[in-house]
Amino acid sequence: MAEPLLELRNLRKNYGALVVTDDVSLSVEPGELHAIIGPNGAGKTTLIHQISGMLPSNSGQILFAGEDITNLAMPQRVDRGLARSFQITSILPGFSALENVALAVQARSGSSFRFFGTAAQEKDLNIPAMECLSEVGLGARAHIPAGLLSHGEKRQLELAIGLATAPKLLLLDEPLAGTGHDESQRVVETLRRLKSRLTIMLIEHDMEAVFSLADRVSVLVYGRVIATDTPERIRANPDVRAAYLGEEEMV
Amino acid sequence: MTEIAETHSAPSLGARLEIIPVVLFAAFAAAPLLATFSGAEGYVLSLLTRVMIFGVAAMALDLILGYGALVSFGHAAFLGLGGYAVGILASHGFEDALIQVPVALVASAAFALVTGAISLRTKGVYFIMITLAFGQMVYFLATSLAPYGGDDGMTLASRSLIAGSGWLENDFTFYWVCLLCLFAAYALSRSIVASRFGRVLRGTRENAVRMEAIGFRPFRFQLAAYVISGMMAGLAGCLLANQAEFVSPAFMTWQRSGELIFMVVLGGLGSLHGAIIGAAAFLLLEEFLPEILHTVSFFLSEETRSHLAENWKMVFGPLLILIVLFVRGGIMGLLRRSHYG
Repeated sequence: MAEPLLELRNLRKNYGALVVTDDVSLSVEPGELHAIIGPNGAGKTTLIHQISGMLPSNSGQILFAGEDITNLAMPQRVDRGLARSFQITSILPGFSALENVALAVQARSGSSFRFFGTAAQEKDLNIPAMECLSEVGLGARAHIPAGLLSHGEKRQLELAIGLATAPKLLLLDEPLAGTGHDESQRVVETLRRLKSRLTIMLIEHDMEAVFSLADRVSVLVYGRVIATDTPERIRANPDVRAAYLGEEEMV
Repeated sequence: MTEIAETHSAPSLGARLEIIPVVLFAAFAAAPLLATFSGAEGYVLSLLTRVMIFGVAAMALDLILGYGALVSFGHAAFLGLGGYAVGILASHGFEDALIQVPVALVASAAFALVTGAISLRTKGVYFIMITLAFGQMVYFLATSLAPYGGDDGMTLASRSLIAGSGWLENDFTFYWVCLLCLFAAYALSRSIVASRFGRVLRGTRENAVRMEAIGFRPFRFQLAAYVISGMMAGLAGCLLANQAEFVSPAFMTWQRSGELIFMVVLGGLGSLHGAIIGAAAFLLLEEFLPEILHTVSFFLSEETRSHLAENWKMVFGPLLILIVLFVRGGIMGLLRRSHYG
């Protein structure tokens, strides 16, 4: 097996006596879609915060493409190719959808310490941004202020912003959260297209989506990884069934 | 800060000439001609010169307040730095603006860089308080400068020279120089706001976490904007010292910083020319409110009327508060609303 793109070694996070991430070790191979599932409060979002650099870890290591990034700030991790989306939609509401994405393109193309020239008219930024928007199916909505998009469209916009940073690894924190059936179908289709070119780490509650998309699944319960395996074997794993899946209807 | 988030349109210079700034600058350009006919030429010119100088300062503040949501409560310090750079250098025989202005700009930039690097590590109320503290620090420093007048300030022997000649002594010439500075500052600010840099600044105002998540380090951009804003306010300080031919610690009291914020909010956050309009409205109200009060209270007894005119500030304060409360988006908001019907 090739060197993993992302490797977590004994990662730990606690708030006082409350252990949120408990000795998590896992690896994400290049090209795979690695899903993380677990009951509410299992610490999935905290784990994404730690990997993306929003939260510091108490101990353990995060290796990205062989480099130790444990102590890097979030923007530095983004520079290295680690992008993320947020569970609670995080966009620039006053900017158009296109400008939201163009800013992400701008972040990786040359210095932003330019005081002259109208950024909104730079073709070098707008064309790649438009491609990302089309990729997630928002091309027709490019000039609408992001704050006026529907919830599902905002989720798609998050995805486009993530793509625009040209990541090696995309961390997606519940991209389907709160979307209707049709919208979630669209996002799942987009993810299916993206997984051929990108490595993706996906947190998701929608089991149908997870089992249809994921190459491997890790199960997180109370901050611990209790199993990592292919979707079929996860489904059959008795520990997983007992800890988590037993409570829900299986697909 | 919802009000700040709503003012999002990025003005782009040249793409579309907007009516309000054109009218505004045309009015400033026409004013000296009208002043000659008014019979009180000196008074009108000096009042409007003050308006333009505070316009520069308020616009400097709008650049970081309106576009960066950074509420600096110490911006009067830069007015003082600019003023004292002129005053102190002049008292040592360096009377040329070609020396004074660069020194003032460098001093303002250095002060902004150091205080900004510290204050920008805080957010919200803490940022307001720490900028206030730095402003007061400079104020008390100035009051203790005994060789330069201490509390009383110092009178300048004359206005600054320009390359050795005393052109600025002429009130008309000085007026045009101030208008030129106002226009240059406005054009530069418009360019900055629409540029890549400005877009990052505006993005940070809306959602700093998102900006970090796409790879920007907001601190650097905010600090650069703070330095640019400080330098512009420093330039306004140079002009103010020349206009008054006097500098004193009163240039940089916290009340003055508060007035600058008020001008920006009154005019409408985040439009740049709104700040100029706000400064004009503030200063002209301050100037003419006593007379206006005296006139509109014609139905009262003569004694009450003079009391009212004397205590005009009792009306001024509530009036400003009412405008801010009920006219969302300040005067610019009002103009925009009537424009769209």
